Amino acid sequence: MKSTTTKNTSLWKSVRLGATILLVFVVYAYGFEITQVNLDELRSPQRQESLVRVTRALFQPDLFTYKQDESVVNTPIYVPCPEGGSVPAPTPEDRSAPYLVFSPGCANPGDTIQVEGFNFYPNAEGALRFIPGNDPTTKLALGSDTVATDAEGHFVATLKIPDRQSPQAQYVRATLRRNTGLPQLTDTARDTWEKIVETVFLALLATTLGTILAIPLSFIAARNLMKSVKSPLGSISLSILGWPVGIVGGYFVVDQVSAFSAPLAENIYLNLLGGALAPVAAMLAARWALPEMETQTPGVPLRIARLASLFLAALVGFFGLYQVASLMVNLGALIGDRLGSFEFLGNFMVQSGDIIRTITPVVGSLAVGGAVSSFFSRLGQRGTEKLTKSQVKLMNLVLATTAGAVVLALLGQAIEWLYELNRPDITRWGMSLVGAAAGALLALFTEAKTSLPIGLAVYTVTRTILNTLRSIEALVMAIVFVIAVGIGPFAGVMALGLHTIVSLAKLYSEQVESILPGPLEAIEATGANRLQTIVYAVIPQIIPPYISYTMYRWDINVRMSTIIGFVGGGGIGFLLQQNINLLNYRAASAQMLAIAIVVATMDYISSTLRERYV
Amino acid sequence: MLEVKNLTKVYDGGVQALTDISFTVPSGQFLAVIGLSGSGKSTLLRCINRLIEPTAGQIIWNGVDITAASPDEMRRIRRRIGMVFQHFNLVHRSKVITNVLAGRLGYINPAWSLLNRFPDQDVKNAMRQLARVGIADKANMRADELSGGQQQRVGIARALMQDPEMILADEPVASLDPVLAHSIMKHLEEINKKDGVTVLCSLHFLDLVHRYADRVIALNEGRLVFEGLPSEIDDEKFKDIYGREAERVG
Repeated sequence: MKSTTTKNTSLWKSVRLGATILLVFVVYAYGFEITQVNLDELRSPQRQESLVRVTRALFQPDLFTYKQDESVVNTPIYVPCPEGGSVPAPTPEDRSAPYLVFSPGCANPGDTIQVEGFNFYPNAEGALRFIPGNDPTTKLALGSDTVATDAEGHFVATLKIPDRQSPQAQYVRATLRRNTGLPQLTDTARDTWEKIVETVFLALLATTLGTILAIPLSFIAARNLMKSVKSPLGSISLSILGWPVGIVGGYFVVDQVSAFSAPLAENIYLNLLGGALAPVAAMLAARWALPEMETQTPGVPLRIARLASLFLAALVGFFGLYQVASLMVNLGALIGDRLGSFEFLGNFMVQSGDIIRTITPVVGSLAVGGAVSSFFSRLGQRGTEKLTKSQVKLMNLVLATTAGAVVLALLGQAIEWLYELNRPDITRWGMSLVGAAAGALLALFTEAKTSLPIGLAVYTVTRTILNTLRSIEALVMAIVFVIAVGIGPFAGVMALGLHTIVSLAKLYSEQVESILPGPLEAIEATGANRLQTIVYAVIPQIIPPYISYTMYRWDINVRMSTIIGFVGGGGIGFLLQQNINLLNYRAASAQMLAIAIVVATMDYISSTLRERYV
Repeated sequence: MLEVKNLTKVYDGGVQALTDISFTVPSGQFLAVIGLSGSGKSTLLRCINRLIEPTAGQIIWNGVDITAASPDEMRRIRRRIGMVFQHFNLVHRSKVITNVLAGRLGYINPAWSLLNRFPDQDVKNAMRQLARVGIADKANMRADELSGGQQQRVGIARALMQDPEMILADEPVASLDPVLAHSIMKHLEEINKKDGVTVLCSLHFLDLVHRYADRVIALNEGRLVFEGLPSEIDDEKFKDIYGREAERVG
């Protein structure tokens, strides 16, 4: 009995193995079919000829060139020979200058004559051509014979006389060129240099942008930090509601500050004053509002005064930011004109000022949104602690219903905008109703005072978004950004930057997840809050891997930015693609060489730095 | 006074770590917690400052119910409870002085501490605590450059920075050699006797228990199996605590 089972098993194993081999065979056969593997194409003489041509061109990058001297000699010849015998070629008077001797001295169309050249540049190459008509200065020349001189500057060649007849003398022209001076960079080399610099800086900016935004995201996407974040439902609902309220309010406030600041923006001295005084004032207000240490809980009036002071500090801070931005724009424009070739420094200031001015409302409204949300969340927390169970239940019901309705209504607006449904009954009211119902159900089926794992929910949503965005290649993102900001390196920066944010956030968060839990526990035990725990226990542990990953990402971005130009994202890829399309392989070769050098250098630098920091 | 009433902890996987533990610790006492590895000593200590959330039961400290405290209240309670760990739990890449100053995080305003700013008096106090544990000269070294014994002193200095009324020490000397173990225990003893800080200390070696503890509780598989004076642990009690096959080594 036992032996038959073994037999069966081994038979079954063989069948399975055979089936697997067959399956693999079929898969690869189909793969060959799909990818059109065909060596005949490779063997065709036409392909081989172009392959040889391209390969040779690729090995001769168009980098250096010489200035060339030209020596042109036009010597008359009669075609056909005039009546009454041959005309001897005129003997040049000056035997030290370059000259040509024909034998015979005249010819009929179709004849081949021997041409001898003397006193040309030694060891030079050039063209020997027939000049039809009777004007030796004409550009028109027939034939494509090349000649090469020996060490004495002498050459012997044959020339077939074309069918151009004239009673008067026509000419044979020898044009010999020689290189003079030192080798010089070609235009291609100059363009390549310019574009490779653009490429490296494109990668630098994209990496910087990505790193700055990926760091906060990485904490939200780290499971070990988010797992313990739990909040009662009322607090969650209020903090969700706080975001839209805060963002709208924040945008309004920052907009007002911007309008207030605008008339003062033109005067550079006012900018200077505002930019210097406002941060100091904001700092003082903040210091008063946030004492370094609190021994006992402050009373309500003091708290309100502090809150007001913080609000004022924020207003003054935003005002200062606008003044600094205006200062940079004005100062940059002022000094840009006077710096000559360092104009880019002035331009940098102008652009940075403009960036600050543009993103201040966005950052401001997001910051206010976050602040209002966390304030609301505290209110919810307090409420949950103070009220009785049934009161909390009622509060949860109201708040969760509202929050659900608001969230889904906003989502509905997004859908409306994307798909242009023109169905507000569904996208607005229908969605709100669904959200309200979901919120109400959640509130009904959770215990009044239990804490829900909101951290895990945020973590899951963040991870999902990151993974989705990460699967979109930077090249594809570049196409979208080219539409948004136009062809050029800026589109490349945006595309690579976005891709850097999402992939670094993932890599960083994995580092956060692998930190030692001990210090985290110890800092938490001192009574530190969550943010303090991150700053004192998490950040010191993740600095080395963060540096390492940032370097690694810069490396990748340099590599990516070499090809992002293929879709219009700027950098050297644009030149490379252009030259390939123009079949200008020597120029393309120069660009490939530049890419190889830069990528190899970056690789070396990043690995050296990573070794040092980790 | 710390009162633990019917404390029970069941982990998510269903592991019963603590079962119905009740005991009382008067202020200023040095209480040793003994038991085999996995008997629930660490869980018990971490339930007291709620690094681990108890499943049931109450912990009342100076009349305040710790188990019912809100997050804000918990922060204020935790800052008066110092904690010392078996593996020291220092932030390796930070300076020693930063590790010590971290003990003030529960007191200072979060907004400023994020900028790594501490009040001058805290910095002076940190240096004083480092001098007290005898490593003032190491203040600006990185924490991982210190030896194990020195790291544990930093851990004690960090706990002292909290101006604690109670210190929870989770096997503070289990990773140290016997000579260092005594020097660390002497620091804890001094803090207990001189400053009147209540100390709850889990220990492995009975000689340390006899030498330093005022009173002992013993856990076996999450249950309280002994409560009394160190001198009361005879061979029979020993076998109750550590199991029938155990032999005394210390």
